[in-house]
Amino acid sequence: MLSLAAVRRFVADPRHYQIGALAGLNLYAFAFLDFGARPAPLAAILVASLATQWAAGRIVGAGPFEPRSALISAFGLSMLLRTNSLALAAATAFVSVGSKFAIRVRGKHLFNPTNFGIVLMTSLFDGVWISPGQWGSAAFFGFLVVAAGGLVVTRAARSDITIAFLAFHAAILFGRSWWLNEPLAIPLHRIQNGAILIFAFHMISDPRTTPWSRSGRLLFALLVALGGGFVSFVLYRPNGVLYALVLVSLLTPLIDRLLPGPAHRWMPPPGEPPAPPESAPLERVPPGPSPGLAPVAARVPAVRIPGSGKVFAS
Amino acid sequence: MIPAVRILARPTVRPLVRAASVAALLALAAAPARSFCGFYVAKADTKLFNRASKVVLVRHDDKTVLTMASDFEGDPKEFAVVIPSPTFLEEDQIHVTEMKYLDHLDAYTAPRLVEYFDEDPCAIRRMEKRMPATAELSAAASAPARDEATGVTIEATYAVGEYDIVILSAEQSDGLERWLRDNGYRIPDGASRVLESYIKQNVRFFVAKVNLARHEASGAAYLRPIQIAFESPKFVLPIRLGTVNAKEPQELFVMALTRTGRIEPTNYRTVKLPTDAEIPPYVKEEFPAFYRAMFDRLVEREDMRAVFLEYAWDMNWCDPCAADPLTHDELRELGVFWLEGGEDGVVPAPGRPARMIAPQPAAEVFVTRLHLRYTGETFPEDLIFMETGDRTNFQGRFVLRHPYKGPISCPEAKSYVAGLPARQEREVQTLANLTGWDVNEIRRKAGLREGAPGPTPAVRGAAGDKWYHRLWNRDR
Repeated sequence: MLSLAAVRRFVADPRHYQIGALAGLNLYAFAFLDFGARPAPLAAILVASLATQWAAGRIVGAGPFEPRSALISAFGLSMLLRTNSLALAAATAFVSVGSKFAIRVRGKHLFNPTNFGIVLMTSLFDGVWISPGQWGSAAFFGFLVVAAGGLVVTRAARSDITIAFLAFHAAILFGRSWWLNEPLAIPLHRIQNGAILIFAFHMISDPRTTPWSRSGRLLFALLVALGGGFVSFVLYRPNGVLYALVLVSLLTPLIDRLLPGPAHRWMPPPGEPPAPPESAPLERVPPGPSPGLAPVAARVPAVRIPGSGKVFAS
Repeated sequence: MIPAVRILARPTVRPLVRAASVAALLALAAAPARSFCGFYVAKADTKLFNRASKVVLVRHDDKTVLTMASDFEGDPKEFAVVIPSPTFLEEDQIHVTEMKYLDHLDAYTAPRLVEYFDEDPCAIRRMEKRMPATAELSAAASAPARDEATGVTIEATYAVGEYDIVILSAEQSDGLERWLRDNGYRIPDGASRVLESYIKQNVRFFVAKVNLARHEASGAAYLRPIQIAFESPKFVLPIRLGTVNAKEPQELFVMALTRTGRIEPTNYRTVKLPTDAEIPPYVKEEFPAFYRAMFDRLVEREDMRAVFLEYAWDMNWCDPCAADPLTHDELRELGVFWLEGGEDGVVPAPGRPARMIAPQPAAEVFVTRLHLRYTGETFPEDLIFMETGDRTNFQGRFVLRHPYKGPISCPEAKSYVAGLPARQEREVQTLANLTGWDVNEIRRKAGLREGAPGPTPAVRGAAGDKWYHRLWNRDR
């Protein structure tokens, strides 16, 4: 069962790496950070996420249970969400995973689940909040190494949006400080924020809720960075990029229409028939092999999809 | 804790009762805030630290009241404060208050030392103590004038208490710096760059000097705290001006009063104080030195880049209380504007004896006490805060346990006595870890001050000693 090829496929799946990285970061937060993630809310979030994924999948007839995206959402949520109430933690997980099924435009879910859940619940309830400062700047470099290493190892196709977002975000921070003639130490300090790294590597990088085309993604990253800057420096509210991402996600269908590109899919290994594209705008991708698929195959790692039919994975 | 030990020791106790008592013990251990937390002994208030600034920050709904106490000790002629203010301030938005309100809040929220006296393991006995109470009031105000100067617009001048206050806006930092110097406000060199970043953000400057005539007339021995109340989405404490040319790290205490929950900085990491640490009883005489050493060590460990949480609690109660809870009037004086007072609220009766719960209608006030030591290098940005929904109670609490010294008359006591040296060694190690003091020095002091640790010589050299401690007739 554990053939070398199977192990290689397992390791090459960026989702597995991401789950591992997020679980590891949760552990770090448990162990080293006051006001970090805690085991009890994580347990509640895991249970609620998986249960919602399973139940909603049954309701819409989505085929075999696919836990990976729910796990990613759950670990990501646990890292960012702070609450003393297990009920609110579970409710946030329910809202996050549920949004994947409930809020769809032309077959594609609109919001990154963790992002949507966090923004909605923190806006509605005092009992849940985000601690942007908890990661400090010491963890920054360690996390950067892990995250960047992840990109290298798995050759994920969506690293362009992560890098573009960080570049635009840095440009805004340094630009603003330059305009105010603030010392360099200030934007350097602001960019060394672990929450921003988590956002860049695990939230905005979501390939299923960002535009299909590269130019669309760059535009998306620019809009999110600008939106985040607006919330932080004009409205003076914390966690600007989270709100910006939710709002800019509303524009994804429009961006896809104006700047079309090939749909993201998890490609099967060579020699096996390609799985049908899930939730892709069908008028854009012709059935069967097409020249448009080849460059994507080179970038997207091979992952086997069990069974056929629609699979609601993120 | 000792009564539970007694129950478990009785041979006839039923398993259910035993389980229930263990569960109760665990429940108590899990929620120390709700149980009796020891007799209050001493506190580590802000007076322990030199040149510490104290700030009370009241915030709700984009409305802020900022109370600033300076520990300025020089000639009042030399005093000048320049504060960036997000909005223009009317005279009614400025107030001068008394130090005692800050002192009271400081005392209420300070990390505390508590002591327990181990009961006779063979019997039950109780001890009680009481804490005294305090309270008072005062105020003042005056009239304005108007002016114009090149580059700097004097938007308003006020005389409030012993201070002459000017609200300025400026177009250029050079002009502002020159104006300030010309008018006798001494600001450090290099401040103009910091001022420039504020000017570009359309910030006003609140500038205060002491009016010597009024100061002498008031007869006050110190410079009283200044308060400003304003409305702005910014929840910021500007610290950059204070770090210009400061050669040494500065100490800052922020006591925040909010409605929903604890506050924390969004741009720096918050670290909790080590709490519920059991330390040797001799520290009772040396608590200030202990606390300073412990804090120095914490700051060093965090590379002076963290903000420390010392206290976060609902203002309606405390356990143990390092000071009486604040009355509604005191809270309103500090700026808690959402509290009922006067006709609508209930006026508290004077001379209340309450120790743990304030006998007045519940006030929706949560207090956060943050302590930081900072330099311009480790804290380059102004502190930006946010309010969380976290109402979990936290207090910096250090525990002394005095061993029982009376006669031991029952067999159950043997395990208590045998366990003492191990416990005392743990206390010594805890103290060494917290403060970085030499372990042997601590042991020496603990041994000397405590005298014989138990009624039987068998206590010496019991479990917890290393085998080589019993060699060579060491004086322990």
